[in-house]
Order: sequence, then structure tokens, then C-alpha cells
Amino acid sequence: MRTILFILRKEFLQIKRNKAMLPIIFIMPFIQLIILVHAATFEMKHIRLHVIDKDMSSVSRELISKFSGSPFYDITSYSFSDKEGEEDLRSNKADIVLVIPEHFEKKLRKENSCEVQLIINSINAASAGLINAYTSSILLDYNVNLVAKWSVMNSSVQASTIETTYSYWYNPELNYKNYMVPGILVLLVTIIGMVLSSLNVVREKEIGTIEQINITPIRKYQFIIGKLVPFWIIAMFELAFGLTIGKLLFGIPIIGNVALLFLFASVYLLVILSIGLLISTLNNTQQQAMFITWFFMMIFIMMSGLFTPVESMPEWAQKINIINPVAYFIKTMRMVLLKGSGFGDISGLFASICTYAVIMISFATWRYRKVS
Amino acid sequence: MKRFLGFVKKEFFHIFRDYRTMIVLFGLPVIQVLIFGYAINTDLKDAHVAILDNSKDQMTRQITQKIVSSGYFMLGENLNSTADIEKSFRSGKIKEVIIFKENFARDYLKDGKAKIQLIADASDPNNANLIVNYTLAIINNYQMSLMKEFKIPFQITPEVRMRYNPELKSVFMFVPGIITILLMLVCAMMTSISIAREKEMGTMEILLVSPLKPLQILAGKVIPYVLLSFVNAITIILMGKWVFGMPVTGSYLLLLGVSILFIITALSLGIFISTVANNQMTAMFISLVGLFLPTILLSGFIFPIENMPVPLQILSYIVPAKWFIIVIKSIMLKGLGVTYIWKELCVLFGMAVFFILISMRKFKIRLE
Repeated sequence: MRTILFILRKEFLQIKRNKAMLPIIFIMPFIQLIILVHAATFEMKHIRLHVIDKDMSSVSRELISKFSGSPFYDITSYSFSDKEGEEDLRSNKADIVLVIPEHFEKKLRKENSCEVQLIINSINAASAGLINAYTSSILLDYNVNLVAKWSVMNSSVQASTIETTYSYWYNPELNYKNYMVPGILVLLVTIIGMVLSSLNVVREKEIGTIEQINITPIRKYQFIIGKLVPFWIIAMFELAFGLTIGKLLFGIPIIGNVALLFLFASVYLLVILSIGLLISTLNNTQQQAMFITWFFMMIFIMMSGLFTPVESMPEWAQKINIINPVAYFIKTMRMVLLKGSGFGDISGLFASICTYAVIMISFATWRYRKVS
Repeated sequence: MKRFLGFVKKEFFHIFRDYRTMIVLFGLPVIQVLIFGYAINTDLKDAHVAILDNSKDQMTRQITQKIVSSGYFMLGENLNSTADIEKSFRSGKIKEVIIFKENFARDYLKDGKAKIQLIADASDPNNANLIVNYTLAIINNYQMSLMKEFKIPFQITPEVRMRYNPELKSVFMFVPGIITILLMLVCAMMTSISIAREKEMGTMEILLVSPLKPLQILAGKVIPYVLLSFVNAITIILMGKWVFGMPVTGSYLLLLGVSILFIITALSLGIFISTVANNQMTAMFISLVGLFLPTILLSGFIFPIENMPVPLQILSYIVPAKWFIIVIKSIMLKGLGVTYIWKELCVLFGMAVFFILISMRKFKIRLE
């Protein structure tokens, strides 16, 4: 026990003395959390609309006023030729071009229907879909009003309707921050824990100080514990601090049991840190360790469901996620914080992460050799 | 000049002799592009829904059938009472519950009104929004098919054209993003680490006493990585084309040219980081923790910049990745030439010059 305490003291001293690292570990993540959470939103607020009105009738003007009145659209320019609209799309000055054809009103009255053209920049498929949905719903709305206004005479036939109501549970205002804060927090804790641990042993190897440790009577398990615990404490602290910021600053709901969350986090961090240590013992230079860590971290994070939903991934990719600790933690975090899931709901995830932790720790301990 | 060449040669040896890092540098980006290109998208697919059918008649079965067979949804479970809803959401498997009111078909035919209630799990707001909208569309479709005989007067029909990406593939969005983030991180990490390494190992001293000028040392460090990254960029672009069907409608020459420009910008950022960091761990943290999230979030890779609050939009101007993503999308998807993107190119070039100048000033030729 005393030996472990000495190793711990050494590790903490080393961290404390590295002046450049302290702000990077303790301040940069939170600045990022506070600023970048606002960036993660799919909500469309300023759709840039280019209007080509070839009709110039009262109906077309009324239709356009529906768009200028909507908070979602900014009408950036008006013109009369398709060419100018295309040009605006190309030079990224507009997201959508609305073309109202000539004789729009006349045709509508005489032939009972008329087309308007929507040209949407669809490089970003997801926003193009949303823009299309918003625009169509405005058109439909206007259309319904128009029909009501014009067809006072034939309102005898009433069609049956299916009335669909919908509600959003757990986040009725669709506040994206509630979703992103827990996720980004997981990401920051993960990056810090994994990089710190993966560079640690290999750094001692590169500098040569590992020899000095190897010749001491320190046991393998004592060494591993001594290396794991400091980073574990740092990461747990960051998690707690980040959650406090999330609660106070962003008002994210904490519906579930925080103790349960920290129980899960403590095991999760063991997995992350021992993966880091394993990488560290397998490599000879910090450079190698860094790139390997970076590779796994990128894959873990991008596939974890943090930015894009896990369900949208193909089957095989979801299978890969079985070995992705970040995916487990993000899922648990969101379930417990936002939905108030209890231990029964996450027991499966918890069992997996525990198994994972046991495997990784034994692997890291086994791989660490006291000879060079 | 000969001295300088010798130095560059040394750098090449450094890189090529460490075969593990070589594998990492060339192999890993390829694997990542493959995995991400296939796995990362935001399309709705197989979302699990639970059905609470209080009516169990012909119509509700038809609607359920339509929803489940659409490809967007999958039947997760059939619920028996409202009490089960909470439980199934909490288990985390169900994304939406569809509730049919009692006597659905009878109400529809007799009173002309039947009710469906949708409840979505909005702990993922974006997905919930998509799910509800898709379900609504399917129900509307069903309804339209029921009342074909009614002709609606004065119909305005939108004719929608999706420009540049008619099939709405999300790959078009993600491949440019992945190219950017890989180049950015690999370049910045490589240079910053390799210079910090010299400092940490003490070999920087040897370079400093040599007759090489600071600019030559920096340039010599960067040149090998420009070549390596360029090979990487070409590989990724070709993979985008052949594996994911990303078209290159613009000029290849221009595309390669701007890639080199971006690589140089990223590398000069790496040099700048290395002048701040004293050891590899610090360099790694600055280039990873400091660049990873901003490059993903503020570049328009996943989240459109136009949707962000204004201060963040302004902040995004200093993210090099943002400009490069605009440029490669313009070249690859829109087929534009230099006349459309010269501003973005100037910004990238300006950033590179800025970082190099600052690094030269901060580069210490004396040990403390």
C-alpha cells in the first residue's frame, strides 16, 4: 500500500510540475464545452432565399410575403431570371431559389393548379431535406388559405381527416444543448484520460526513466494502479465539474440518479485508461503511441453516436460498436441524465462495461514487462 | 542549399525508419475514411417504433403496415397500455410510440375524424424531429390515397429540384469533411510533435548550433510532411471517387493545388503549436484537444454554420477547416473555378503566412 502511495505522489508531482499542461487539462476543455455546445444544432433559422417572381401578381406577392414574414427565411435577393438564381446557388449566396412562373395567378384560377419551382442546394442532404419540408409546409399553408378564400361556393363536400398530434418527451422544446452537453463532456473526459495514460509509460521509456522504476521492488500491479489512479481522479473531477457547468450554465436536466452515473463513469474510465496504458506499453516512442491513440479515439468518437445517430449506421458498423466504450458511456449518460433511466434499464450496458474493464486491465497488466 | 538538402534528407530518414509511424500515417487515414464514409450519416433508417393500437381494425393495421414497411421504421414492440410507454422509452430501445385511439376506423368513416397520437423520444432532438416528420408524411400519404376521388381546387404544387446532390446522399457532405479533418489533424499533429520531439530529446540543441537558419530548420521539418500529406490527400480523394461515388466535377489540378495549400496551412499551424509546446505531450494535447472539436464543430462538417449563433459564426472564420471545406465542395460538387473561390484561398494563404511569421519570431535559437 505504501509503495502505491509513493508512486501516486510521484505521478501527481509530475503532473503538477508540468506548467504548460495544467491549463490544457483543466481549462481548455471547459472553455470548449461552454463555447462549442452552441455550435451543435441542426435547427434552421436563416434559410437564404432567392426569389424569382415572373408573375408579379397580387397572389405571387402574397405568397412571397409569407416567406418574408417567416422567422426561418431571409430573402437575400429578388431577380427575374433563372440564371441569377443559379448563380447565387453556385456562389453560396442562397440556399434555395423559389421560381414563380409567368401567369401564375391566371393559371391557378383557370386550370386549377400551377407549379412553382424550388431549387435547393442539396450538398448537405440533411438540411436540404429540412428546407424542403419547411418550404413545402409554408406553400401548403398558403394554399389552404387560398382555397378557403376562393372557393366559398363549393364547400359542401368535406373529406374525412386523420388528425395526428405529436409530442416530444424528455425534451419538449427540442433543445439541442440538452443532448450535446452530456456527449461533449464524455468526449472531453475520454480524450484527456486516454491521451494522458497512453503517453505516460511510453514517455518514461523514451526518456529512460522506466529503467529506474524497473529496478525497484515495485510490483506490476502496484505500478499499474499507480499509473491509473491519478488520471482516474483527474478525469472524474473533470466529469463532475463539467456536469456542474452543464447544470448551472445550460440548465440541462439531471433527471436520473447522479450516483448511478458516477458508478458507471468510474468503470468506464478504467476501460479508457487501461486501453491507454496498453497502447503505451506496446509502443516505443511517444509519436507512435500518439498516432495509435488518435486513430482509435477518432473511430471511437465518430462512431459513438455523439454527432450522428447510431441507428443510421449500417449493421456491421453497429457491430463494431460492441468494442466501443465511448458508445456505451454516451448512451448511458443520455439515458440517465435525460430520461431518468434506473439501474434496471442500464444493467446490460453496465455488465458489458465491467467485463470490458476486467479484460482491458488484465491485458494491460500482462503486457507490461519489467524488462526492457 | 546543400546543407538544407542534407537536413531534409535527415528528416526523411527519421520518418521512413520508424515503420510503425509510417503504417499509421498512410494506413490509418485510409481505414478511417472507409469506416466513416460508410458508417457516418444522418439518414433515418430502421428507427424502432412501438405501436399502441387501441382499435385493432383494418385501417390501423394498414397504417402500421405502411409505417413499418417504409424502411425508415422497424416494429420494436406492441404495447398494451399507456403505462408501458414510459418503460419502453426508458429501456432506450424505442424511439417513437404511435397510439391509435379506440374505434379508429369507425370514427373515420362515421364522424369524419380519427385520431393518432405520436410520442417521440426527444432526448435526441434532431432525430425525434426527423422521426415525427417522416411518420407524419407516411400518414398523410395514406390519407391522400384514401381520398383520391376528391379533387382539390387551386392547387399550388411545388416542383423540387435538388441541385448538386439529387439523390440526397449524405456521403457528399461527409467525405469532404473527413478529408479536411484528417488532413488538418494529421498535419498539425505530425509537425508539432516532430519538432517538440527534438526539443524533448535534446537534439534541438544540435540543430541550433548547426549553421542552418531558423527558417531552414522549420522548412526542412515541414517539407517531408508536405509530401506525405499530399500522398494522403490524393489517396483520400481517389477513395471518395471510387468507393463512395463522390464526383469531381471541377478540375483535378485545382483540387490538388488547393489541397497543397491547405496542407501547408495545417503544417504551419503545427509549427506554431510546437513553438508553444516544450514536450510532445503538450504538443499532442494542444493539437488534439485544441483542434479536434473546433475542426469538427465549427467547420460546417456536420452542423451547418448558418444555423449557429452569430458570435460562433464569427469565430468560425478563424478555423482553417471551414474555408477548405467550402473550397473542396465548390470544386468537387459544383465544379467551380478559381474565380469563385479565390477569397477562401486568400484566407488560407494568409493564415499560413501568419502562422509561419509568428513561429519564426517565437522560434528560440538559444536554450533557456
